Amino acid sequence: MDPRLLTAIVVVVGVPAVLVGYIWGTEQALKLLPERAKPRVRPWLWLTPAFGFLGLFLVYPTIGTIIRSFQNKTGTEFTGLDNYAWFFGNSAALSALKNNVIWIVLLTVLTVGLGLLIAILVDRVRYESFAKSVIFVPLAISMVAAAVIWRFMYYYVTPPQPQIGTLNALSTPVGIGPFDYIHIPNFSVATIALVVIMAWMWTGFAMVILSAGLKGINTELLEAARVDGANEWQVFKGIVFPLLLPTIAVVATTIIITALKTFDIVYATNNGAYDTEVIASLMYKEMFQFSNFSRASAIAVILLLAIIPIMLFNVRRFQAQEAIR
Amino acid sequence: MTRWQRFGAPSLALVLLLAACSNGGNTSASPTTGGGGASGSQPAGGGGGDLKGQTVTVIGAYGGDEEAAFHQMVKPWEDATGATMKYTGTRDLNAVLTTGTASGVLPDIAGLPGPGQLQEFATGGSLKPLDDVLDVATYKDETAPALVQLGTVNDQTYGVFIKAAVKGLMWYNPSVVNYGDSVPATYDDLKAALQSNASKAKGQWCLGIESGAASGWPGTDWIEDFVLRQSGADVYNQWWQGKVMWTSPEIKQAFQAYLDVVKNSLGGATTVAATAFQNAGDPLFDSPPGCQLLHQASFITGLGAFKDKKAGTDYDFFPFPDINSQFAGAVEGAGDIFGMFHDTPAAKSLMKYLVTADAQKIWVGIGGALSANKNVTDYPDDIAKRSAELLANAKIFVFDASDLMPAAVSGAFNTAILNVTQDPSKLDSELANLDQVTKDAAG
Repeated sequence: MDPRLLTAIVVVVGVPAVLVGYIWGTEQALKLLPERAKPRVRPWLWLTPAFGFLGLFLVYPTIGTIIRSFQNKTGTEFTGLDNYAWFFGNSAALSALKNNVIWIVLLTVLTVGLGLLIAILVDRVRYESFAKSVIFVPLAISMVAAAVIWRFMYYYVTPPQPQIGTLNALSTPVGIGPFDYIHIPNFSVATIALVVIMAWMWTGFAMVILSAGLKGINTELLEAARVDGANEWQVFKGIVFPLLLPTIAVVATTIIITALKTFDIVYATNNGAYDTEVIASLMYKEMFQFSNFSRASAIAVILLLAIIPIMLFNVRRFQAQEAIR
Repeated sequence: MTRWQRFGAPSLALVLLLAACSNGGNTSASPTTGGGGASGSQPAGGGGGDLKGQTVTVIGAYGGDEEAAFHQMVKPWEDATGATMKYTGTRDLNAVLTTGTASGVLPDIAGLPGPGQLQEFATGGSLKPLDDVLDVATYKDETAPALVQLGTVNDQTYGVFIKAAVKGLMWYNPSVVNYGDSVPATYDDLKAALQSNASKAKGQWCLGIESGAASGWPGTDWIEDFVLRQSGADVYNQWWQGKVMWTSPEIKQAFQAYLDVVKNSLGGATTVAATAFQNAGDPLFDSPPGCQLLHQASFITGLGAFKDKKAGTDYDFFPFPDINSQFAGAVEGAGDIFGMFHDTPAAKSLMKYLVTADAQKIWVGIGGALSANKNVTDYPDDIAKRSAELLANAKIFVFDASDLMPAAVSGAFNTAILNVTQDPSKLDSELANLDQVTKDAAG
């Protein structure tokens, strides 16, 4: 028998068996304890595997990464803050940082703005679910595939030849362009073109959540406002938007984290050339191409530190919402 | 329930044990404890009954047509020994091998990104020396000394070239301008010829530097050719070693000469940046013709529109003309270097086979490759034969500089090409940045 098949069977049967076996084992062990202590001990025993996995696969590597970020290239001695000093003194790293800021601001504005607009508009039409499905579909496409699709959208051909890229083919006849969008290094044009790809994917996500939030608003409130003579804009500004704010905050933080972690689209289009480098792609290069694990670790730590406040904010929000319920 | 509980646990333990075993079997699929001497004495491609059923894992950068050609090259060895090669192609060779050396999960044999990485992996101890594997005397006799040298670390052979290419050839379409009638002797002559024939094609040059994650490299080839012919092989070698600054006049004038080419290219900088290198030469065959010349290595004959055209009648080449007569006769080449990570008997046998003329003439016959082995002489057409002679008879041979630079420098070199192509005013700042990166990579 193919050893891989054997492995597959063993995993399919074995993993559930181990889990059941663990619970059975803890029950056996609990029998040794007095009856009163059992309820207090049992949850901890059940949590142990989860903590174990988290510790092994999350906490341990995180600590390892932090330690490595203070070492030299080969990891033989500690060099203090050298890797961090390099990051904040290197023009390539700083431009990656700048591009990440563009990603965060632009992606959040585009996805939340468009998502909100679409959510409100489709709320008023009969074919709402169909429209929402269409907008949502790109999220199901993998990032690399999306990058490839948009390479065709942005494709540029030297003018006398007919333009075969979608955007240039549409805009050239009316006198705009052609432009080679993703190969323009100045004014961050290439970076913005890449953000648009991501926005195309994530607008559906923002729309779905905002739409759900919209449905949660009590229609009696809106009707009362309308009866009192408020126009649609006043209803939106005075009632809908404030009530949607917590939802918008959750969506925005998720998008910001996504923007901070951006890698695939950058890698699959320009690989950081034409001023499109971001922190994650820089980290990848330092690690896998330049074999500089310490600098890559330092970048990872910086990225982690940048994400933590946003995560904390998100968790607080979530807890606050839970408390209201 | 209690019955299940009683018997469940022991069988569970058994299952886990099985899992552990089958896993262990997988990771050590390539046994690393082969008797070294026994297989060393065995003739390559000979009977080799003891290799039957064995597998050699190989990782390389080939995909598509090149992958098929590589498989054809290995086929006779598989037939003769009964062993099989399991090949995986990847575009990100460096990443796979770098993580592989850290984790220990490596193929038996790998195409290496370049001599620089060979050096790194060899001194790091993950590559196995080939002195006991190959018949070193024969190998050195059959291979250009410069190529042998590039595969040598601390006086031991670690890498061998399975194919080679000549860089810096000037390709033209004889029906547009037949440069074969009077090959320009110097670069100035060439520029004059381009001027006087300007009416025959839309642009002087065809140029495309887009190449996915490696975009920019066709431009680095231009710079290398200029440095070699403007300033000589000594400056060239000191340059990739980091001893000649990027901001020095020798390197800067090479960039300026390249920017002049960009200016005279079909479609200008925008087209240069947007065009994939494989298709850059296609306008040679357009009607009306898009350009007079394409500067590219010998392997272009296997790519783009060249693939379907006839060598000699549809296209031809002449070597990069000399610039400074003091440094005449220099040629830049490149090649695919292979190394061995696990010295299994089958891997050793395959390595032995790959350097032979019998193996290398297969890819040469398919097209797009030159042999690193001097004994391969039966080239499919006159063009391939002439480029092979260029490689064999070069007075001065240098290897592709960007392949020899540290990965960080070579990556920054590519990026610098992209940036200055579109914005020549950035030249000084890009060169200064390259000095910075070179200094940083050395430290």
